Amino acid sequence: MSFKLFFQAVQARTYPRIAWLFRSNSWMIQETVLPVLAVSAFAYAYRAMEAPAAYTGFLVLGAAMTTFWLNVLWGMGAQLYWERDSGNLELYVMSPAPMTAILTGMAIGGMITTVIRATAITVAGVFLFDVPINPSSWWLLVLGFVVTLAALYGLGMLFASLFLLWGREAWHLVSLLQEPVYLLSGTNFPVSILPRAVALFASAIPLTLGMDAMRQVLFRTTGLFEVWIELSVLGGLAVAFFFAACWGLRYLERRAREEGKLTVRWQ
Amino acid sequence: MELPSIRTEGLTRTYRKPRKRRWWFKSKSETDEPREFVALEQVSLEVHPGELFGLLGPNGAGKTTLIKILTTLLAPSAGAAWVDGLDVVADAEKIRPLINMVSGGESSGYGILNVRENLWLFARIYGVPTAVAQERIDKMLGVVGLTDKATSRISHLSTGQRQKMNFCRGFITDPKILFLDEPTLGLDVTSARAIRAFVKEWMKEKPNRTMLLTTHYMAEADELCDRLAIIDRGKVLACDTPANLKRQVQKYPIYELSLAPGASSWDGASNLPGVHSATATTTPTTVELKVSLLDEPAIGAVVQSLVMAGGRILTMKKVEPTLEDVFIELVGHGISEVSQE
Repeated sequence: MSFKLFFQAVQARTYPRIAWLFRSNSWMIQETVLPVLAVSAFAYAYRAMEAPAAYTGFLVLGAAMTTFWLNVLWGMGAQLYWERDSGNLELYVMSPAPMTAILTGMAIGGMITTVIRATAITVAGVFLFDVPINPSSWWLLVLGFVVTLAALYGLGMLFASLFLLWGREAWHLVSLLQEPVYLLSGTNFPVSILPRAVALFASAIPLTLGMDAMRQVLFRTTGLFEVWIELSVLGGLAVAFFFAACWGLRYLERRAREEGKLTVRWQ
Repeated sequence: MELPSIRTEGLTRTYRKPRKRRWWFKSKSETDEPREFVALEQVSLEVHPGELFGLLGPNGAGKTTLIKILTTLLAPSAGAAWVDGLDVVADAEKIRPLINMVSGGESSGYGILNVRENLWLFARIYGVPTAVAQERIDKMLGVVGLTDKATSRISHLSTGQRQKMNFCRGFITDPKILFLDEPTLGLDVTSARAIRAFVKEWMKEKPNRTMLLTTHYMAEADELCDRLAIIDRGKVLACDTPANLKRQVQKYPIYELSLAPGASSWDGASNLPGVHSATATTTPTTVELKVSLLDEPAIGAVVQSLVMAGGRILTMKKVEPTLEDVFIELVGHGISEVSQE
């Protein structure tokens, strides 16, 4: 495999996502204002209960990180399925570019667009609710964020290959994964509140440990585990998901070629 | 001897009908129904470098299935296929840089991007440098008459314009072997003609290029293809040059002559040496004589006999069989009869 071709393919597949950011005007309202409104309801509830100020910060971080989860589900997981139905998938498979490059391009494009959305939500949330920002280490915060994204998008790449194989059922799975993950990952509350066994189970979701680690660094609170343990687990998950996705893609391509699923649409 | 660009040997592809998920009840018709559908059966073909090879057949004949196998998108159920000497199953990754495919009626591309950006994207995944890609994009857009749409988002294009864009996509990677699956499907006459002219020119540019074209337009196959295979229900029924295929269905050369009314001089034509048969139809203005010859030079004797007997020949032409005739002879029905089903 040529690295030059790999990077060219990554660049090519990143491009439509970046173009979408500049050419689609509706995202700012849909994906910034609406999440902030959702955060507001919880923020006022916490204020009414006189909860610590950090809890509002948990909410804002949760809302920002949720955009990445949604992007992983809809922008990565369901994407290959969509690419097949639009006729692009067979062109990608038939090309000399490796499918991992196409998925990496999708992931990078998704990360860039979602970082902008997440930043807009964070800035709006911090100013509206006067969230105290006093991280114990900016470097650790950035590291936590990067490792969380690596694990999340590794999972997204794995979903992409599995969803293509499952076809139409994938849509139901995406919906099924949305709400329970909000609960299990502690989007609107500190995950350490959950029963220990449930919290441990939820740690397999990169969002759970990622948010918990960043909350510990940002608001100097205690979390499920030590930050470095959480970051190590996230790093391990990122590597495991990436290799599982590569294996999944190879398996998927072989099976899809045998069953004719690369070219059969609308199933 | 030069390696064939494309070779298939006993290539077969079957599809499994999905099992209905009703384990508690199966109707009799359901259990009797065959669970496998044969899309391609024992297809053996060879396409040589520099050849423009056609696959002619009605909808559902297996043309697209064959192309999907050759473009590494579908695995054969049995048999083997090689593209540029490489096995389509074992060497798929080595084949991919050498090929490209355009399917008529495909809807690929990203609506948010314009025509130029979409073509650039699909050139990049083949490793074409941006400067080279832009040059080829300009050329191809000119060929299909889409230059003025280069900066239009493809979500704003008509179906035909989108198809032209996809036609360009196939050529900008300069493939060694190109697969065109019904490239002029649904295009207007002028665009289809321009595309056919470009296809011929493209093949002449480099002698080692190979093209496999599927179509159900007889005239297109006749005009473009060096050789073609007639395929129906997954089987190749005949494979030869268009001229040889036509010759196969016409045992004797046939001439049609229009004679001035009142001529009865044709009566003796069938008894002339070298004439197989002669039939006449009288119309209010002419007598239409159809002469089938055992030996082609015998037409001279027929003309002479008609003139000597006082007949006046208004027109005379040699009747060439069409690919439609070949198709009907081989398949038992016209291609359009099946296509309209």
